[in-house]
Amino acid sequence: MAAPVKLSELPVGSRAVVREFPKAGAAFLRLREMGLLAGTPFTLVRAAPLGDPLEIQVRGYHLTLRKSEAAEIVVEPAAP
Amino acid sequence: MSDDPITSAASPRSDRPVSVGGGSLDVRTSSSDMAGATATPRLAAPARPPVYALVGNPNCGKSTLFNALTGLKQKVGNYPGVTVERKVGTAYSQHGQPIQIIDLPGAYSLAARSPDEAVTRDVLLGRRADTPQPDRIICIVDATNLERNLYLVHQVLDLGKPVVVVLNMMDLLAQAGLQIRLARLQHALGIPVIPCEAVNGKGLIELKLALSRQDLPLARHAWDVPAPIAPAIAELQASLHQNDGRPPLVARAEALLLLTDLDAVRVAGSSPLSVRTTEILQNWKKRWEGEGIDWAGALVNSRYEVIGRLCAEAVQQAGATGPSASDRIDAVVTHPVWGWLVLGVTMAALFLSIFTLAQYPMDWIDGRVTALAEWLRGAMPAGDLRALLTDGVISGAGRVVEFLPQILILYFFIGLLEDTGYMARAAFIMDRVMSRVGLNGKSFIPLLSSYACAIPGIMATRTIEDRKDRLITILVAPLMSCSARLPVYLLMIAALFPAGSVPVLTKVGLMMGMYALGTAAAFGFAWLFKRTLLKGETPVMIMELPPYRWPSLRSLALRMLERAGLFLRRAGTIILGVSIVLWFLTAYPKASAGMPPEQQIAHSFAGKVGRALEPVLRPLGFDWRIGIAIVSSFVAREVFVSATGVVFGVQTDSGGNLLPLRDALQRAVWPDGRALFTPLVCLNLMIYFVLAMQCLSTTAVVRRETNSWGWTLFQQVYLSATAWLVAFAVYQTGRALGF
Repeated sequence: MAAPVKLSELPVGSRAVVREFPKAGAAFLRLREMGLLAGTPFTLVRAAPLGDPLEIQVRGYHLTLRKSEAAEIVVEPAAP
Repeated sequence: MSDDPITSAASPRSDRPVSVGGGSLDVRTSSSDMAGATATPRLAAPARPPVYALVGNPNCGKSTLFNALTGLKQKVGNYPGVTVERKVGTAYSQHGQPIQIIDLPGAYSLAARSPDEAVTRDVLLGRRADTPQPDRIICIVDATNLERNLYLVHQVLDLGKPVVVVLNMMDLLAQAGLQIRLARLQHALGIPVIPCEAVNGKGLIELKLALSRQDLPLARHAWDVPAPIAPAIAELQASLHQNDGRPPLVARAEALLLLTDLDAVRVAGSSPLSVRTTEILQNWKKRWEGEGIDWAGALVNSRYEVIGRLCAEAVQQAGATGPSASDRIDAVVTHPVWGWLVLGVTMAALFLSIFTLAQYPMDWIDGRVTALAEWLRGAMPAGDLRALLTDGVISGAGRVVEFLPQILILYFFIGLLEDTGYMARAAFIMDRVMSRVGLNGKSFIPLLSSYACAIPGIMATRTIEDRKDRLITILVAPLMSCSARLPVYLLMIAALFPAGSVPVLTKVGLMMGMYALGTAAAFGFAWLFKRTLLKGETPVMIMELPPYRWPSLRSLALRMLERAGLFLRRAGTIILGVSIVLWFLTAYPKASAGMPPEQQIAHSFAGKVGRALEPVLRPLGFDWRIGIAIVSSFVAREVFVSATGVVFGVQTDSGGNLLPLRDALQRAVWPDGRALFTPLVCLNLMIYFVLAMQCLSTTAVVRRETNSWGWTLFQQVYLSATAWLVAFAVYQTGRALGF
């Protein structure tokens, strides 16, 4: 089992599972409603040309979020 | 009390008859249904055709379905008090019975984050006085993205209304390597699930058959509210029922929503909650915060648990597929190098088509308008009425219509970018840049469109969720040099440099400088507003990147016409009105007969205004005649050119030949014989026009979009003041340096 890291620190192209999620904040509630929950697997697809925001694939669709939010989400990288 | 299963079927009886527009839909159920929680109650035949609401996530083909169902039988307007489009249409069943459908704005969740979502929420909950609560609901979902789409469906099912689910984009299912077991999904939900391809019109007949059913079943919708929050739901439900007058099931649904709804989005026209309910909500939240309970998270999790089980049963991954077509396109379009190239080429194509394509219809319209005025001049005896018609009404209306080709093309492009999915990519790429001034990527396209015309740009800000960000974008949009400034720039550059005196590149450079100045000012003010007047959190950039799709030309054309119609109604009437007023100001009081036109205008009210303004304008190097032109061009910037023509006694032709006017300007002098249009003054006029808000159509649209005279006025004042101050500084500095 890989050590948990921040979503913002994942290398592009890697798969991971969400572990921890901040409770407060409208942004995180919306991310949850968009299907990104603790236990949800996802793929970090790419970063935008200027490095921010990030694009992930979750539940079969593509979603963007900024690094500032990604830095507060703890994920567990899946075995390559 | 530990678990609290919600079963719509448990209490249908207590649902009050829903009264819609005077008529009433009787929701009758036999009392035997009351006992069994699993029984499926049936609705009795309604007295009149039911009203459906159409809801769904953004990008799931909702508008396409709505257009396919209702065709041109649509009424488009606004929800009073908010700038959310209100669309009502009529579809016809196979037997020709009318079915009324309200197309609600796209929403990911009923816990609203944007005015659009708030309207959807409030209509469904029956909170809006202007729209009756719909009797039944059509939920459209993207079959290739079932899990996330079902989240909204799950919330909608809480309402206890009959629901028809439309599985759209069935044609793309195989491509995505998915299979849906329809029978299982339908069985699990207990309501009709209609597979559909809205783009090709497939499944419409089946859908219409389902919609005209009189006995739509209610969903088998039972789920467990997490134990720690169940008592709160019960208490809120009771209060909503008693104090806010909601029917019990709607009260239950609303109670559930209140917990995930930060209620940051309040929308004008929707009734607020009662004091008691708000109190209960605050108390529970305080208590949970103390206990460290993540109530909102728990609710979302439990919904997704239900959905997960449903999808595990109904959706099959038909095998691993390689990267989709969208993935392959995105590899180029969002590539660190090619991405910029694609963005640049797209934008260049947009502007090229606006400036070149629009020219033909604009010239044609100009020709028609002139011909009409000529004809009237011939057909009517000379007099005030004729002058009013030709110089006031026709030229005013002509100005409105002349705007149209550009606006139509721009709307077409914006629609194309939206429908193909590129708009989201542009926002993704530009987000980092926009975040520097505290905005997000979604402000990019509105600002960019404003280079052509601020009106569609401002109307495109509707996709920005955050109210403050949207307002900032609207406030700075007119600083982007629009195409109406071009004639002014061209005239001033012509006056600045007599023919052949400087290389073409200098002129181009000067023009670019004006565009750069406007852009820098827009970003500067956005930065300033974000830090002062409209302080807010850094906006988030949580956005779906939808798969690329071929746009439906029919939908595009419909939307383009719709928006153009809105523009004509909103801005057109105001421009026409003010054009007539301005004509009056330049035509009265009458100078004595036989005077040349420039004498008449000097004698008129407009001339008096110009003279009255001279003390304010003199420090900028402008005299009263330039003042008249500036005052006239408050209608629209390009009027400056024709007004200058009138004031300096030159007939400008519509062919855009500026030379006679340029020569007249170069001959113009102050009373003491100094040249009026010195290079410094020409430059200063250009700068003034970069910054000043001189466009009534935009003002009219800003008023509509912000729904506030205060902000409209603020924009007018801050832009005019900036223009004056900068022009003042430039002129005084220039003079001091000896220019």
